[in-house]
Amino acid sequence: MIVAEQKSLEEIRRMITPYQRVLIVGCGTCMTVCDAGGEREVSFLHSALRLAQAKTGDSQHSFSEHTVKRQCDPEFIDLIADKIAEVDAVLSLGCGIGVQAIAERFPDMPVFPGVNTSFMGMAKELGVWDERCAGCGDCRLEETAGICPITRCTKGILNGPCAGTKNGKCEVSKDMDCAWVLIYRRLERLQQLDKMRRYYPPRNYRAVPRPKRIVSKVGTAAGESNG
Amino acid sequence: MAESLFQEKLHSGQFVVTTEVGPPKGADISEMVHHIDLLKDKVDAINVTDHQSSVMRFPSLGGCIVVKEHGGEPILQVTCRDRNRLALQADLLFAYSRGIRNVLCLTGDSIDVGDHKEVKPVFDVDSVQLMKLIKTMESGTDAAGNELKGAPKFCIGASVHPEADVIEPQLVKFDKKVAAGAEFFQTQGIFDLASLRRFMQYASQFNAKILAGIIVLSSARMAKYMNDNVPGILVPQALIDELATAEKGKGLQKGMEIAVRFIKTIREEKLCPGVHIMAVGNEGIVPSILEAAELAAISS
Repeated sequence: MIVAEQKSLEEIRRMITPYQRVLIVGCGTCMTVCDAGGEREVSFLHSALRLAQAKTGDSQHSFSEHTVKRQCDPEFIDLIADKIAEVDAVLSLGCGIGVQAIAERFPDMPVFPGVNTSFMGMAKELGVWDERCAGCGDCRLEETAGICPITRCTKGILNGPCAGTKNGKCEVSKDMDCAWVLIYRRLERLQQLDKMRRYYPPRNYRAVPRPKRIVSKVGTAAGESNG
Repeated sequence: MAESLFQEKLHSGQFVVTTEVGPPKGADISEMVHHIDLLKDKVDAINVTDHQSSVMRFPSLGGCIVVKEHGGEPILQVTCRDRNRLALQADLLFAYSRGIRNVLCLTGDSIDVGDHKEVKPVFDVDSVQLMKLIKTMESGTDAAGNELKGAPKFCIGASVHPEADVIEPQLVKFDKKVAAGAEFFQTQGIFDLASLRRFMQYASQFNAKILAGIIVLSSARMAKYMNDNVPGILVPQALIDELATAEKGKGLQKGMEIAVRFIKTIREEKLCPGVHIMAVGNEGIVPSILEAAELAAISS
């Protein structure tokens, strides 16, 4: 899933100050799971903004809130068109995609990000998420025993570890495992070390032009004709 | 025919000595020039580091040109951290046009260990891919398969980390570097001859020449600092204790004694065909080390 962190209250207030009526929009999918912008966080932020406003004696702003099922899907955004029509700006607690989806759907409405979208990752323990996928568009996990060197090696190199590894950890942090030590050990365990001995050529960055677009090929596997 | 004097020496069967100079942070290169003049006739080649430890400095390429201009034999250190394939190839063509024939291919330290922590790391290729890229250029085409008007030819080197505490993946990488065309290796700093012996037992099956990296420590404090902050460096406690026995202000002298002892043992035991001395900021002391290790004026 996509993992994000909520921006500071100070930064959020600075963005929305020029707007009188602000709708805070949460997202019921990734942002709910990573505790950055679900219904609960929207409600907390709403209270915090009101409190901050009360403290400064500001009576100019009014806030409302709503959490949609998925901000990255126009179908769900359409459901809040009436609410958006009543405000001067939207503060989205969706990921960067959610913010842009609302902006695309409502061309005249200012939309501000309430979170810093950080990475695609997994829950490691309660309240801890770790990055696992860089979305490079050319998955090579088959070659690396299911451990991604592009994401988990700080240099994203493909032919084995650099010489900076110490105690099985990365040179940038004593707390971060060296991805290539992990890959070596797992390939050894799976008796697939020959995969690490192969030479891997440089990545083809052209294969993944930005912005990327994927068109559904329903029910087909690449290279095969499914009638 | 050898591409360079250094390459010739590598295959001569004689003991090879290389050292390095670190370019300055700034446009005043007088100290580097002084070190180059001091060392150029006493070693077989001088490496010029490429933003060592990801700290922005005068470029390796510029330093190598100075080495050439002063009659020395340079080894161009090229990391993959700051340049993509376009820039790497261009630099290599330029280096070749200026008579630089030896290239040490390195992945490069992480941006995060340096002094420009917020800049974009490149790593478009890794060290193995860089060596393959050079081989491609030597065969007359660029990375995109276009014909080159004049192909370069280099003596290609790489680094290896014989003291890595998890050695197996390093050996896999070492094999790949040999297969990619590494003719010589300059190892990371060696502080434990037992691990060098173990590594050389493995490495001797290949033709590549291994030059043992000798870092001249200047104090117990520096050793501890390096253990904590320099990627891949592991100074054992026994050496730190030995450095700590030095009288105040005599730490570097003790470090030099240790370096000399290591060099002599490596040479006497024929452990490696040569050494690469890294004085890290104390380049001026390298001639004394060479003298004490009975390697003075090795190159004719």
